[in-house]
Amino acid sequence: MSAPARTETRTLTRSSPHEAVLEVRDLTVDYIGPDGAVTACKDVTLSLRRGEILGIAGESGSGKSTLITALTRLQRPPAATTSGSITFHPRDGRAGIDLVGLSPRELRRLRWSTMSIVLQSAMDALNPVMRLGDQFADVLRTHYRDLDRSGARDRTTELLAMVGISADRARSFPHEMSGGMRQRATIALALACEPELVVMDEPTTAVDVVMQRQILAQVLRLRRELGFAVVIVTHDLSLLLEVADRIAIMYAGRIVEVGTASALYRDPAHPYTRGLRDSFPPLHAPLRELRGIPGTPPDLRRPPSGCPFHPRCPVRVEACQSTLPALVPLPEQEAACLLLTSEENP
Amino acid sequence: MTRHDGAPADTADHEVAVLSAVDVSKHFVVRNAVGNSSVVRAVEHASVDLHAGRIVAVVGESGSGKTTLARLLARFYEPTQGQIRLDGAPVAKGSAARGYHQQVQLIFQDPFGSLNPVHRVRHNLDRALRIHDRRLGRAERRRRAVELLERVSLTPGEDFLDKFPHELSGGQRQRVVIARALAVAPKVLLGDEPISMLDVSIRLEMLNLLGRLSREEGLAMLYITHDIASARYVCDDVVVMYAGQMTEGGPKDRVIGAPAHPYTKLLVESSPDPDRVGTTSRDDQFADAEALGEPPSLIEPPTGCRFHPRCPFAMSRCAEEEPPRTDLGDGHWSRCWLHQVGRADEIGADTYSAALARRDPAEVAS
Repeated sequence: MSAPARTETRTLTRSSPHEAVLEVRDLTVDYIGPDGAVTACKDVTLSLRRGEILGIAGESGSGKSTLITALTRLQRPPAATTSGSITFHPRDGRAGIDLVGLSPRELRRLRWSTMSIVLQSAMDALNPVMRLGDQFADVLRTHYRDLDRSGARDRTTELLAMVGISADRARSFPHEMSGGMRQRATIALALACEPELVVMDEPTTAVDVVMQRQILAQVLRLRRELGFAVVIVTHDLSLLLEVADRIAIMYAGRIVEVGTASALYRDPAHPYTRGLRDSFPPLHAPLRELRGIPGTPPDLRRPPSGCPFHPRCPVRVEACQSTLPALVPLPEQEAACLLLTSEENP
Repeated sequence: MTRHDGAPADTADHEVAVLSAVDVSKHFVVRNAVGNSSVVRAVEHASVDLHAGRIVAVVGESGSGKTTLARLLARFYEPTQGQIRLDGAPVAKGSAARGYHQQVQLIFQDPFGSLNPVHRVRHNLDRALRIHDRRLGRAERRRRAVELLERVSLTPGEDFLDKFPHELSGGQRQRVVIARALAVAPKVLLGDEPISMLDVSIRLEMLNLLGRLSREEGLAMLYITHDIASARYVCDDVVVMYAGQMTEGGPKDRVIGAPAHPYTKLLVESSPDPDRVGTTSRDDQFADAEALGEPPSLIEPPTGCRFHPRCPFAMSRCAEEEPPRTDLGDGHWSRCWLHQVGRADEIGADTYSAALARRDPAEVAS
C-alpha cells in the first residue's frame, strides 16, 4: 500500500499539507580540521509528524547537538553538512523545502515563522542590555512588517501570558528575572511568530526539577493549543520518557534506536538503550545495584570498527567488531543491533 | 550538655558523630550597583550529623543553601552563628586548616576544574600524599599513588600515573579527584554534586564507588544533589533544604517514600519518574503543574514558614510563626505546622498539584 499512497501525497502537495513537518534523510555532518574530517553525525534519517514531540537522547559526543544545529542550519564552520537532505513541509501545502540548499536570506525568512529554537541557557539567548518587551517587538516587527508599536506590545503581553509571565515584566532586563522565568520567556519568544516546529536544546537543564516540570507542562499545553511540533534534545532519558511521543537514541553520531517512548522504556531493543534506561535509579521501586554502562563513549576521531557500541556492549558477538548494523524495523521501534537479525538471539 | 533544638535527635546510634554542624547560620553581605548593602541569609539554623559508614544526602533546589552548608562543613566559610564539631569537639575559629583538611575533604562538581591541567596524575596525587605525611619517601609515595588509583577502580593504577588530566574522560577525572581526596586518609568526604557533570551512563559507577567507600572503608559522607533518585540510590539518610533552612530529614525511605513536609512532596513529585510511563496519561501527569512557584529571595525571605507562599496547605499561622520541629519516630522529623494541628494526613492524601489546584487563596492572604 505504500507505493500508491506516496503517489497520492505527491499529487496533493499543493492542497493539503504533508503529514510530516520535517524529514531528514541520510544526514551526515563532518567537522573539517587540519588532520581530516571527524564525522559527528552519520546517515541520520528521521521524520517528524505534525504536532509530534520527538526526543533525541544521547551522551556527550553522541552527535545530538551537531544534529540539531544542522537541522536548524545554525551550524558554523568547521562543521559542514556533507550529505543528506532536511526537507521541511510547510503547513499551507506548498512543496517541501530542502533546508540544506537554502541561502542565508531564504533561511531568514523561514526562521521564527516556521521554525524556531530554544537554547539551554536563556541568559545567552536573550540580549542582556535590552528590555524583554523590546526583544519581543524586535522579532515580531521583523516578521510582521505592518505591525505597529502598540500591536507588538499587545502581542507581547499575550505571549508572556501564555507562559505565566505578567505583562509588567516586559519592562525588565533579563538579569532581573529568575532563571526559570527567563527560560519561559525564551519559549514564549520562540512561539512569537507561530512556528510549525520548535527545536529545544536541553531546555530545562539549567533549571531545577520543579521549574522543569512547570516548563514542560506549559510546553505540552501550548503544543496542544497551537499544534507545533517539537524536537527536544537532552542527555536526560528519564525526562524524555515522560514528555516525548517518540524518542531517538544517538550513539557515536548515529541513531541506534528510535520508537515510541513506551516501547523504549518497556522493551528497549538496543543494548545501549537498555543500559541508558537502567542508568537512572528508580524514584520509588525497590533498589538494586545498578551498573550503568562500563567504559566511556567513543572518541569520534577514532571510532570503533563495526558497531560503535561493541567495546562497551554486554551482549556483543564476534560479528559486532566488523559489521555495522543497520536499523531494523520492529513493531513499535527500529533498532540497529546485529542480534536482532542474527539467529544467536531472538 | 543540653542538646540544641536543631540537632538531629533520636537516631538509634549513640556514638559521637564524626562531623556535625550544630545550628549553623551563614549570612553574606552583598552590595548592589549603587552601594546599598543587604544581607543574604544563605543558611539559617541548620544542623546535621555525619556518622562513620553512613551517607547523608542533602537535597533541595539551587539557592536552598546546600553548597553553603558543605562549605561551612569544609571550613571554606566560618559560620555567622553556630558551631562545626569534629569528633564532638568544637572547631575553633581560625584554627589550623591543614589538620582539619586531613580529616575532612570536599569534592566539587566540576572534575575539569579541580585538577591542575599542567601536571600528570602522579604529581596531583603526590602533592596530597606529601602534605599528608612528610616522612614518606618517593618510592613509598608512588606505591601509595597506585594504591589510591586502584581504590577508585582506575586499574591498573600504573597506567594512569603518567596521564595528564586532559587525557582522561570526565568519569576518570572525577575518580582521580576522589583518589586525591583519599590521599590524606580523611574520615569525612563531602561531595558537592559530584556526579552532575558526568555522562549519565557513568554516574552509577561513581555512586557505587562512593557507596563502597562509605560501607567498606567507613567514611562518613555528605552527598549534595538536586537529583532525588540518585540520593535515594546511594544514601542512608536525607535532609531536605528550602530557602536556607532544613525542612525535613530522616531515613531515605521515610522521607522520599512518605514525605512529611509539603515541599519534600513537591520535590519528589516533580522529579522525573519513568515508572509513571504508561500508568497515567501524559496530560494527567502534567495537569496543574504550571504554577508550582519558585523559591523566594534570601534577602527578604517570607515570614513564618518560608514555604508558606507556595504551600497548598498553608494556614494563617504559617505566615506568622516558624514551625517547630516535629519528631515522627525512627529519626524522621519535619518542620511543618500541619503536624502540630493534626492535619499531617493531608500531605499524603493527594498529589501536590491537585492539592494546589484546590487551595483557597484567602487562606494565605497576608
